[in-house]
Amino acid sequence: MLEKYNQGYQKYISKIASVGSTEMVINMGPQHPSTHGVLRLELITDGEIVTDVIPHLGYLHRCFDKHAESMNYGKSIPFTDRLDYLSSMNNSHSFVMGVERMLGMEDKLPKRVEYIRVLVCELNRIASHLIAIGTYGIDIGAFTPFMWCFRDREHIMNMLEWASGSRMLYNYIWVGGLFYDLPVGFEERCKDFVKYFRPKLDELDEILTNNQIFIERTANIGVLPANVAINYGCSGPMLRASGIKWDLRRVDGYSVYPELDFDIPTGSGAMGSLGDCWDRYKVRVDEVCESLKIIEQCLDRLMSDFARLPDFDPRALVPKKINLKAQSYYMRAENPKGELGFYFETQDKTDVPRRVKARGPSFNNLSVLPELGKGVLIADLIAILGSIDIVLGEVDR
Amino acid sequence: MIDKLLQDLQNKFGESIHAVEGAKQATLIVSSSILVELSKYLRDSSAYYYDFLANITAVDYYPENRFALVYNLTSLPYQTQLTIRVELPVTNREENNLPEVPSVSSIWRTADWHEREAYDLMGIYFTDHPDLRRILLPDDWEGFPLRKDYEDAEYYHGIPIKGE
Repeated sequence: MLEKYNQGYQKYISKIASVGSTEMVINMGPQHPSTHGVLRLELITDGEIVTDVIPHLGYLHRCFDKHAESMNYGKSIPFTDRLDYLSSMNNSHSFVMGVERMLGMEDKLPKRVEYIRVLVCELNRIASHLIAIGTYGIDIGAFTPFMWCFRDREHIMNMLEWASGSRMLYNYIWVGGLFYDLPVGFEERCKDFVKYFRPKLDELDEILTNNQIFIERTANIGVLPANVAINYGCSGPMLRASGIKWDLRRVDGYSVYPELDFDIPTGSGAMGSLGDCWDRYKVRVDEVCESLKIIEQCLDRLMSDFARLPDFDPRALVPKKINLKAQSYYMRAENPKGELGFYFETQDKTDVPRRVKARGPSFNNLSVLPELGKGVLIADLIAILGSIDIVLGEVDR
Repeated sequence: MIDKLLQDLQNKFGESIHAVEGAKQATLIVSSSILVELSKYLRDSSAYYYDFLANITAVDYYPENRFALVYNLTSLPYQTQLTIRVELPVTNREENNLPEVPSVSSIWRTADWHEREAYDLMGIYFTDHPDLRRILLPDDWEGFPLRKDYEDAEYYHGIPIKGE
């Protein structure tokens, strides 16, 4: 191997070797609970101040790209569930929409299928945000909100298990349709859940959002200016908390989102400055409320205009074999964590793609950590990392 | 929109830029020599503001000795998307002869990790990159696994890793 290919590694080695006598190198992770998985952070510290953060990824690398380019599109859908395993529905929705757009069938889908997709995606978004909120509480030192969030999330898991047969990794959304129609009675149960869940959000506000200790730990910590967020490719709640109203559900208007009424919460700096940890937390809480609004509208339409019919077949349009012409397409969709993109490059005369690349929002959101982590206390670094809300399955893919 | 953009860019950077005909998303093919200047112009020019680099993908065209890099840009102010392709022909596929591209991480900082990933998995060398080392695989990994001609090693640190 040529000398210059190895220069980056040599530079890193000499950086660690030249740490001064007043500094210390600390390993955080890969088994540290606050890293939310297997992330290893190498910290160079001066006393309790972090002077440099070097993230090491790849402990959960499962070769999604290589896998996806060795078999056909339908077989990759279960793997997309496992990228961001807390929001499986959203992942497969994005992947499937990409394939459907390349096939040119995105306008042919029955409305009931589209509404069911949005319904389950938004349920999954709530579940994902509940984990983000609950584990963030634990990172800061509040245990009770975690239990409450998991209690409520369990209701969503049970409902989605009822629909798809699996608790976390659903493989429910297929190219051209769905695995099955919703089970009989799902809509009513979902309505009951929304009625049950709304007051729980007020309780969450009381115990965590407006908790003085929580505010002290998160306000004015890890302030991310909007221009830095954009330059680092941050998306989703990270970007919105910095004050940018950017939501692909509105911008691209995919699926039936243009027909639905919801707001895009952005950070306000209410407790400190714009784009701090509290803002990022608050944007997620607000998004849960917006998702509830979307779910209610979907349920209304699924029970009136697009009600269940005895001869409705959600698999009617599922293609037997997906034959695409050589082309390339970049599909992006709004995941709970941000912009999930799939770049496809197909080849003629085969149903196996040449290249599929997943652009995970967590990967890009995490890349801003060395920037945010310079000059903060170690305890604050935990607060910052928790507020980024990463899922390592998606960082490492 | 692509015609106007193409006209403007050709006036500024010469005729080597051209658009992909019949692509579903606006795509430009540029040569790697003007990539950095072009990126800077696309980001800063008030007519485009492509300030958000969403994704960098490296593609292998085995059995041809050819690679490509695909940059997916987004303009947040104008809500537009643009794809830039850089074709990278190589003379052979040996590991001392990696295709070379200038890094755009000075323009979009997010490119840092994306380029490290392209180097790690596909073996593309980015000149002027601040920190080019493997990102997903261990530092002592040999070969570039996303290349279509990659073959698994028999052993890794004495541990047999080849399946039955």
